[in-house]
Amino acid sequence: MAHLTYLGLLVGCLVVTAPLEVLLGVRVYARWRRLLLAVLPEFMVFVAWVLYAIAAGHWDYSATRTLGVRLPGGMPPEELLFFLVVPVCAVLAFEAVRKVTGWEAGYPAPDDSPGTIAARNERGADRGAQSGQSGQSGQSEADR
Amino acid sequence: MTYSALAVLAVVAVVVVDLVVYRTRLVTRRVFWVAYVIVLFFQLLMNGVLTGLDVVTYDPSVIWGLRIAYAPVEDLLFGFAMVTLTLASWAAVNRRANTARRRGFDTRTRRSSTR
Repeated sequence: MAHLTYLGLLVGCLVVTAPLEVLLGVRVYARWRRLLLAVLPEFMVFVAWVLYAIAAGHWDYSATRTLGVRLPGGMPPEELLFFLVVPVCAVLAFEAVRKVTGWEAGYPAPDDSPGTIAARNERGADRGAQSGQSGQSGQSEADR
Repeated sequence: MTYSALAVLAVVAVVVVDLVVYRTRLVTRRVFWVAYVIVLFFQLLMNGVLTGLDVVTYDPSVIWGLRIAYAPVEDLLFGFAMVTLTLASWAAVNRRANTARRRGFDTRTRRSSTR
């Protein structure tokens, strides 16, 4: 079981944050193409950092608390997954805070796709009223 | 370079990316800092387990030596840089996608996505 320590932590992160998508409806996984694009710079920079750190001897990984597999460069696969899982959890947390508080983030909320905005403008509805919108045309457009 | 030096450099670099390159200005926004504090709490938990159980071990000569919840304080800088780069990229990707789409569909929208 010790071999699953690191992997278990990563799975735990995904499990703990899953309700933000499923229950709170932050639509992060739903916008998975954007999510992949957003994680890409972080992934490249930090994987490069870790490869350098391993080569320079800055840190090392336990052989007993990881699966024991090493990728080229000496990275355990768990560490590679870390740079995907943790950023995704951070985006989920960020979108959750934003959704709950309504604070400005510098870009439109996911339900502000044009169909939805146009529909609201026609009805003169304000931004605050969002329930019932999600099943309409705006929903699928936010993914693309 | 030591881990300490790299970690400080990374924090400076992501702030420059946020403010100057993407111009997402997340570090000026309340929503970012509240989200970061939540992420930080979970980072301390997870990193505490990773370092407390020696899943990851550090060369003492490349860190300052100050530890918080078992982990070198440099890990906090590493985590901040990682989270901030991700969220700034996420904001930039969404701003771009939404703005482009709105231009094509509807002119009666809010003026700017970067207020």
